[in-house]
Amino acid sequence: MFDALSDRLEGILGRLRSRGRLSDADVDEALREIRTALLEADVDVGVARSLVDGIRARVVGEELSKSLSPGQQVVKAVHDELIEVLGGETLRLTYASAPPTVILLAGLQGSGKTTTAAKLARWFRQQGRNPLLVGADLQRPAAVEQLRILGDQAGVPVFSEPSDPVAVAAGGVREAQRLGRDVLIVDTAGRLAIDEALMDEVRRVSDAVAPRYTFLVIDAMTGQDAVATARAFHDALALDGVILTKLDGDARGGAALSVKNVVGRPIAFASTGERLADFDLFHPDRMASRILGMGDVLTLIEQAEREFDHDIATEGATRLLEGRFTLEDFLSQLQQVKKLGSLGGLLSLMPGVPKEVKENANIDDGQVAQVEAIIRSMTPRERGEPGVIDGSRRSRIARGSGTTTQEVNQLLRQFKEAQQMMRNPGMLGGMLGGGVKGKLAQAVAERMGEGNADPSSLESLGAGGLGGAGLGGGRSVGGLGPPGGAKGRPGSKKKKGGRVTPKGSGGRAGR
Amino acid sequence: MLALWIVLAVVVVTLVVGLVVVVPRRGRRRRSLQSPGGDTATIERPPARPSEPRVPPPVAEPRTLLEAQEPELEAEVEPEAEPEPEPELAPAPELRERLGKTRGLFSGYVRALRSRSSVDDQAWDDLEEALLRADVGVATTTALLEDLRSRVHDGELRGAEAVVAALREDLRRSLDTEAGTSLSHDGEGTCVWLFVGVNGVGKTTTIGKVARREKAAGRSVLLAAGDTFRAAAAEQLDQWARRTGVDIVRGAEGGDPSAVVFDAVQRAQARGNDLVLADTAGRLHTKVNLVEELKKIRRVADRPPGHVAEVLLVLDATTGQNGLTQARQFLDAVGVTGVVLTKLDGSAKGGIVVAIQRDLGLPVKLVGLGEGPDDLVPFDPDEFVAALFD
Repeated sequence: MFDALSDRLEGILGRLRSRGRLSDADVDEALREIRTALLEADVDVGVARSLVDGIRARVVGEELSKSLSPGQQVVKAVHDELIEVLGGETLRLTYASAPPTVILLAGLQGSGKTTTAAKLARWFRQQGRNPLLVGADLQRPAAVEQLRILGDQAGVPVFSEPSDPVAVAAGGVREAQRLGRDVLIVDTAGRLAIDEALMDEVRRVSDAVAPRYTFLVIDAMTGQDAVATARAFHDALALDGVILTKLDGDARGGAALSVKNVVGRPIAFASTGERLADFDLFHPDRMASRILGMGDVLTLIEQAEREFDHDIATEGATRLLEGRFTLEDFLSQLQQVKKLGSLGGLLSLMPGVPKEVKENANIDDGQVAQVEAIIRSMTPRERGEPGVIDGSRRSRIARGSGTTTQEVNQLLRQFKEAQQMMRNPGMLGGMLGGGVKGKLAQAVAERMGEGNADPSSLESLGAGGLGGAGLGGGRSVGGLGPPGGAKGRPGSKKKKGGRVTPKGSGGRAGR
Repeated sequence: MLALWIVLAVVVVTLVVGLVVVVPRRGRRRRSLQSPGGDTATIERPPARPSEPRVPPPVAEPRTLLEAQEPELEAEVEPEAEPEPEPELAPAPELRERLGKTRGLFSGYVRALRSRSSVDDQAWDDLEEALLRADVGVATTTALLEDLRSRVHDGELRGAEAVVAALREDLRRSLDTEAGTSLSHDGEGTCVWLFVGVNGVGKTTTIGKVARREKAAGRSVLLAAGDTFRAAAAEQLDQWARRTGVDIVRGAEGGDPSAVVFDAVQRAQARGNDLVLADTAGRLHTKVNLVEELKKIRRVADRPPGHVAEVLLVLDATTGQNGLTQARQFLDAVGVTGVVLTKLDGSAKGGIVVAIQRDLGLPVKLVGLGEGPDDLVPFDPDEFVAALFD
């Protein structure tokens, strides 16, 4: 998402970072480019202007810190300003004392309300709630049918009846009370903010169910219209927040920046993929980091925390540390990781991974399935000791997995190299301490409420850029090289990333 | 197998994340007491539940459910579906009238500008802002204004009125193509129009409306429900088929969309249909696998007796600058021949089509102006520009 914006900003800020001092002209030029970058990301014209003004005030104003270079100062100003515009705090949901807690979803056609309703239902289920979905979109053909299918996938019942939206919504409340459901999610038909009849209808739906939260569902690819839409819906329904969808595309997301600023309501949730699991609370601070190319480790950690089986994860991590990581472990960990979403999505959350790698990686779930198939076609012994795999075993594995012996060979060879690399004692140290991973460790530390100093986070920001630059060349496919020293290899990028950066040990110290 | 490296790396990094998270977990409760707010909300979260429902499991089961709706079903269902051969859908007044509800911002700027005697910096800024607000985009806006500036500098244009008129002419010209807005029925064999686009732009609805138009024009249309991914997408198209009284070929949900399109072409050939309208699942242009799937659909549709005459990119008029990227990617992948701009009756200006046409030469062919079955009209550059300015 935000890639185009973060690229632009990285380019601009990269130049500033290296400067010892900034002239007014430098600042002006940077601000102009920042404005263009924001506009190209579909940030509202007015919001972009106020954002740039805010950054200027921070840069030339009082908020100077002696420990930062002028370039870093601009970076910090942009970062702080972005957080502010994105909406400060993450939403903390509270529940109605008399259930059900009603959530009303509204928005334009095609913004993703129905899918979002199901994702939200799944999310509430994960929070230990018992949601009920209400299909009050009687306009679009088969919308209720769609909701029923998705509700089924989320394991959440769906209520609807072919009457009128207001009656359906009111009936939903009664149904929730009857079934003892404590959260009610009402999906409504898509409507234009200027369609008075329909806006009046959604207002009546709202009156009928008295929602605790009314969310506007907005497409992240929306252009300048986002603000007008948000404002109109806010006027009609008194929004409590916005849900941003389709954030898994490229670029854009400027809508996210604009909406809070204009209607004073934050982005509550964001949807980042087609799977029901690709949905979570929106974290403005993390998004700001993401825009600035700092990765989004916190989201990764939280996802891991939620989805991982802790015993398996600990087991795998221990074996990894001890250098006893086998194909069997790889397979079981892969299953864990797959719970977090697509591997490509995970990659994009990782800090310091050069954009080219992210783009060219194109991790195809089919390819992953192939890798799995190969490992699954091995006997337990073969997974533990790949050394025993001879020619005939190899062709058996290839047959069993529907691949060729070359592909089996390739997998074995690459795994062996990776294994050797993992045995290298320096690697894990580098991983936990190095710049890129240092950020990880630091992020963890911050999250635990310890160590959260501005200068160090800025340093790691700088380090991230450096790390990225140092690793950008690492794309020679399947190249062979001495294990452990393979800076140019794609597989090594994250592990070695730390070494390239100067502030390698900062992260560890954070803990 | 670059993938393995990445997979390995992702697994390893995630593992380390897991390790970092899991190991200090015990001591965390103590620490969280002194944590300074922030988002520590997740600390109290219950531990992971491993069995979560995944969305896309319906794996290609053998498609058996091939059904075609018999046309006699519909007449009674939806009386308005009578193929009353409306010769013209009166586009010209409609566009302006519909846009009339919402435009204003742009024309407001223009009006303010016209009232000025000279073109000063403020005027240029206003013009820039007007174009940006219409989603025309920074690059295109800058190019348009640079040109106007130099013409003012050369003395070719004098006064605000002349500048506005010139801008209007420039915009109109950049939306005009020789190809025009006509849709092609040419070529050997069964003519196929393929509809592509990102999620939620209105592909299925557009197909329903196009089917109605084409049927009214006396063609025999067959719909191919190629969106086998989204829940109930085929059902939605089916309802359109019934409404308009045309045949539809459906596959199993989660099945292979290429197979659906293939079957549709075969069936059209056998039954003598003139035109196959092929729906596809919405996909972000960044999803390589899905774009590959789309390429395959196109290849299959283009295999004799099929012939792909149009590949229409359906674009939501509220889309911002990402629209250009979408157009570029879909053009590269499946050779888009034209754009259908939907939901133009909203408050959007759809200015991104200016950039799309200027940069990629892709004409807008149809415009969606509302939810009614007849609210799809041929694009008229004059109307479009007039609606922005007047």
